[in-house]
Amino acid sequence: MLELRAITAGYVKNAPVVRNVSLTIAPGEAVGLLGPSGCGKSTLARVAALLHRPDSGTLVLDGRPVRRWRHRAPRELRTAFGVVFQQPRLSADPRLALRDLVAEPLRATGRREGLAERVAELASAVGLTPDLLGRRPHEVSDGQLQRACLARALVLRPRWLVCDEMTAMLDASTTAALVAVVEEYRAATGAGLLAVGHDRTLLDRWCDRTVHWETLPARARPAEDGQPAPERVPAG
Amino acid sequence: MTCDAPTPAGGPAPAVWRSRGTGRRSTRTLRVRVCAALAAATVLAVLLVPPLVQLDQQAVDLAAKLLPPSWEHPFGTDDVGRDLLLRCVYGLRVSLLVGVAAALTATVVGTAVGAAAGALGGWADRAIMRVVDTVSSVPHLLLGIFIVAMFRPGVWPVVVSVALTHWLSTARIVRAEVMSLRARPYIDAAVSGGASRWRVTVRHLLPGVLPQAGLAAVLMVPHAMWHESALSFLGLGLPAHTASLGTLIQTARGSLLAGQWWPTLFPGLFIIVPTLAIAGLAGAWRERINPRRRSELML
Repeated sequence: MLELRAITAGYVKNAPVVRNVSLTIAPGEAVGLLGPSGCGKSTLARVAALLHRPDSGTLVLDGRPVRRWRHRAPRELRTAFGVVFQQPRLSADPRLALRDLVAEPLRATGRREGLAERVAELASAVGLTPDLLGRRPHEVSDGQLQRACLARALVLRPRWLVCDEMTAMLDASTTAALVAVVEEYRAATGAGLLAVGHDRTLLDRWCDRTVHWETLPARARPAEDGQPAPERVPAG
Repeated sequence: MTCDAPTPAGGPAPAVWRSRGTGRRSTRTLRVRVCAALAAATVLAVLLVPPLVQLDQQAVDLAAKLLPPSWEHPFGTDDVGRDLLLRCVYGLRVSLLVGVAAALTATVVGTAVGAAAGALGGWADRAIMRVVDTVSSVPHLLLGIFIVAMFRPGVWPVVVSVALTHWLSTARIVRAEVMSLRARPYIDAAVSGGASRWRVTVRHLLPGVLPQAGLAAVLMVPHAMWHESALSFLGLGLPAHTASLGTLIQTARGSLLAGQWWPTLFPGLFIIVPTLAIAGLAGAWRERINPRRRSELML
């Protein structure tokens, strides 16, 4: 069970982007989070994936409250989440070939045994041909790169998947292919899913339930004082 | 963008932006080639002349003192009759060694400190940058003089002195770059993929800042040569018998007042020419690694 309780989070002191929001995802459940641009849903997804420390609120993972985020979180907790971001160009290290990109989490966690087989297996699952694996991010299309990013998110067999507008920049066929890969993985492992997006049709068809940002227990109000939401800056 | 003069009838109208861009590019290419040739000549001279020529740069010939430039002595001789061309090449050798060693040391220290500050963030970043600000607040030539005065004159005290006073700008550049890279989603992906702080820094952040750090190192070489010359000129750098460009100018300044210009002019040129060559090459490198400049180059 992944529980976000009364989360308040932001990037600038005293100007939270997300205010007092709660969301619960049951094991194996697929929840779609729908909302307009800039409302704070990506920030909530980052909090859920332990990438951004909230200003207040509690994240409870399988009954245990999480107290540390990013590098301070234990590695096995961090790797319980597979994250796919909206922009594949920015979420891929430009120096790594796609093969290394997919294998990077395995190397980072010291699981080098059977590395090549696991990468080949995932590449075939997401539809990347062997010649594409040798290319660098600038030598492939957005869709191909997002396939590699999805493979990277799945390589450690996470229990939770966080897809932050994963298909926003992709055409319909690539979207369908990526969603099919995620669903295949979930069917095989029973992983839970938080899919963030603003395409109601897609989320309704993909997820068990779709939550609209406006209907969350207490919604974020980033622009209530007439100021735009602040730029994203790295979390500490 | 300016308008070109009308083209002769019948000829194809040239694209204005292209002709201008090509012209600028060829000037730039010529500049880079000249700089590369000068830098190569400098390096070859300091590497090849001493072992090949087998002449004693310390050979004193009082009968031939302060001779003006001639075929026998192209740069003339100094106040004790030593050949100035040979002395300048040996001096350049020492100055270049000090410049390269000091620039490398300063870049390694600056990159390590800047990367640590940028990657750690928070209070560690604030503490490290306050140390950087504190060291920066002391005039660096003064600090360099203080450091070098603590040791017996020699090459390595000068290297240490220049390196310890010049890592600050590199640290600032690297920190800014690391902080900018740290905000990219691929760093988030690495964190989520279980990478340690060390791995994120070494595998993802440092390779991204290496071009800037390398550029800073190259630009620092002539600057460090100038510092070596300044310290030696003040009598604090290398011992007087060791030929460096600074000591050559320092020992020759008396004869300049007597009208003998060559013992100061040629060592001075030996400082200026490599400086311009290295700065020209570094400028071309900066244009290559700066995407905005690169887009102009593509015109």
